[in-house]
Amino acid sequence: MGALTPSLMIRSLGQVLGFVFAIAVVLALLEGYVYLLFFRRPRSLPSAVFARGVQSAIAILLVLLTLRFLDRMGLVADLVAAWGLTPVVTLPERLWDAWAALTPMPWRLILPPVAVLVLEAAIYLTGEPRPSRLGLAYVLVLPALVGISFLIIIPFLFEVRLAFSNMAMYTAQNPQFGLQYGIENFIKVFTGPVAKDATFFEVLGRTVLWTVINVSLHVTGGLILALLLNRSMRLRGLYRTILILPWAVPSTITAMAWRNEFDFRYGFFNILLRNAQQFFTDLAAQTQTLPLIYDLFNWLSQAIHPVPWRQDPTWAFISVVMTNVWLGIPFMMVVILGGLQSISQEYYEAAEIDGASKWQQFRHITLPLLRPVLVPATILGTVWTFNRFEVIYLVTQGGPQEKTDILVSSLYKAIFQFYRYGFSAAFALVIFLILLLWSIIYLRITRGLRGVYE
Amino acid sequence: MRGKGIWSSMVEVPAAPARLWPRLQLRALFYRPRGDSPIKRLFIHLALWVACLIAVYPVLRVVTISLRPANKLLTTSLAIIPEDATLANYMELLFGRPGRPTEFYLWIWNSLVITVTTATIGLLLSATAAYAFSRFRFPGRNAGLIFLLSTQMFPAAMLLLPLFIMISRLGLINSYLGLVIAYSVTAVPFSIWMLKGYYDTIPRDLEEAALIDGASRLGVLWHIIRPLSTPALAIAFLFNFMSSWNEYIVARIILNKREMYTWPLGLWTFTEQYTVLWGKFAAASILVAVPVTLLFLYSSRWLISGLTLGGVKE
Repeated sequence: MGALTPSLMIRSLGQVLGFVFAIAVVLALLEGYVYLLFFRRPRSLPSAVFARGVQSAIAILLVLLTLRFLDRMGLVADLVAAWGLTPVVTLPERLWDAWAALTPMPWRLILPPVAVLVLEAAIYLTGEPRPSRLGLAYVLVLPALVGISFLIIIPFLFEVRLAFSNMAMYTAQNPQFGLQYGIENFIKVFTGPVAKDATFFEVLGRTVLWTVINVSLHVTGGLILALLLNRSMRLRGLYRTILILPWAVPSTITAMAWRNEFDFRYGFFNILLRNAQQFFTDLAAQTQTLPLIYDLFNWLSQAIHPVPWRQDPTWAFISVVMTNVWLGIPFMMVVILGGLQSISQEYYEAAEIDGASKWQQFRHITLPLLRPVLVPATILGTVWTFNRFEVIYLVTQGGPQEKTDILVSSLYKAIFQFYRYGFSAAFALVIFLILLLWSIIYLRITRGLRGVYE
Repeated sequence: MRGKGIWSSMVEVPAAPARLWPRLQLRALFYRPRGDSPIKRLFIHLALWVACLIAVYPVLRVVTISLRPANKLLTTSLAIIPEDATLANYMELLFGRPGRPTEFYLWIWNSLVITVTTATIGLLLSATAAYAFSRFRFPGRNAGLIFLLSTQMFPAAMLLLPLFIMISRLGLINSYLGLVIAYSVTAVPFSIWMLKGYYDTIPRDLEEAALIDGASRLGVLWHIIRPLSTPALAIAFLFNFMSSWNEYIVARIILNKREMYTWPLGLWTFTEQYTVLWGKFAAASILVAVPVTLLFLYSSRWLISGLTLGGVKE
């Protein structure tokens, strides 16, 4: 058990290659369909009847398939049942079953796409070219549109529906939908615990604190390092490479490594603190005759002591912030360094001739010219930090007693630890609204910037 | 201030007359960039040394732990190279123990399959759309762009619940495809956004010239844009590869069978059992991190330009 064998490799490759191939085939057929819609016009009446007939049949089939997909996902199951649409929605499935009974296995899968291809070729041959200005754009956008519909839009609609349901662990199979459940869910988000102990506003406050501390330290640290690096000097390339390291090493690994360093007995930080305490205790013992200095060392030896990183909420929060600051500075450094390098040296030469001090140069040349880089990077950094909970999850798992959870990690817990599905969907929508507000601000600011710099 | 413009241009002269060489070298030695004094330079180097130490030390600690023998794992020593340093942890990971084959390759393989598939699908669905968003004005374009930008704002965790339910109803829990679908949710919009930024930087003149010469729009796309966009496609591929390669949280809920684990999940099993397997955890981390880190450092220039294309430039 557990070893990688050639047969296992072939099996897994077969699975994913088959999947990618199936997607490619479906997309190609869809592309052909849309291409014919835009770029081909039937040549005569019979060909028009044939082409439009086939095209509407395919369109109806696509709609039915999508409906059936939504139905199977449980997204519209109750509506389908209530409106008596079950026979219509299951039509493609019954057709498929009949088809499957008729044909053996490889042909069962190969023939339908081939048939569609032949029909499309027939439409192509019986038509004549038609110019289309927008056609190509839509043909090109189609794969992304299909992908995003299934990956983002449908899940999002599903989430909205779930928010108005009582879905939880014991009602996962047949949840009830209704407005009253939704109202109940949203009230619970703001009044009850969001995961187990913590309440919404407590976690929201901590999230804001987490974001503000992290982003300001990222930007400050990144700016300082970039300013230090932005000059011609020896070892510059080496410094830059080493300083990128926290970003380059997989963050999963470094976060787990940092987690170990917060161990009470064997973690690096407590070893360091214990050694420092020992050092000052020894010093105090040796300087007992010198009153003031002894007091200082004595005080230090008592003030410095190993810290319960995992048990104390404040220290736990500090530990995740430390980890995330370490992880995030290189990105800001690199972005700011890029910005600094695009500032022409002539500004500084002119400023020096005019007798401006280094600080004045920084304040009036560097900062304003960095703005186009700094503002979007900061705002994006804010959103990423707000959302980025894997560090928290890997270092403290939100503990102790959810005192280091941020909104997104509470959401994760509510879903996968406490199985409160309906509630979590409402909670996710509330987080969504907060982020939406922030991205509107972002759009406003960048639009404003574009106006200024163009 | 010295006339630094003159100095720098003289220093950079590639083939100076032989007679001038000694003088030039002497000047190069005293050439001071931006007029920093030696003391200031010393402090800059010191500060950078400290920063580098902070950046590298946590990683070094992992190396240290990976070299410790099993009976010396729990120690308060801070030595970089531990006493009785051993490669036993690496050996066990790479070759297994008698009667217990190693799972390490399996985890790496699982990660590789999932990541490469995700990156491929990301490109398959996004490449042409990015070009359309960059070049064509069509009804729905602005809405699409705003939608794409806002997807950069929202965490994957937002959609985790519906995705999880959908994936489990499709019977894709504990399968590669389930995780590929979950990762594509972020990979597809990100790739579109990034590639659109890249296509925006390709001048339109090339296409216009080809169109005037009688090429069709599809011909332009195939003969001009496709070869030009190969580097951008490579960057997008690499980006999607990197972000799903390191992913832990989504993988944890989709995969719960040990033989399906990706490497982050596998590594986590070492740390779960408290301190016992730190050595193996550390050794596995180093084995995974070294190639990925080298790849990142090697490609960082392009990765960073890609990120600024997508994120910073609107």
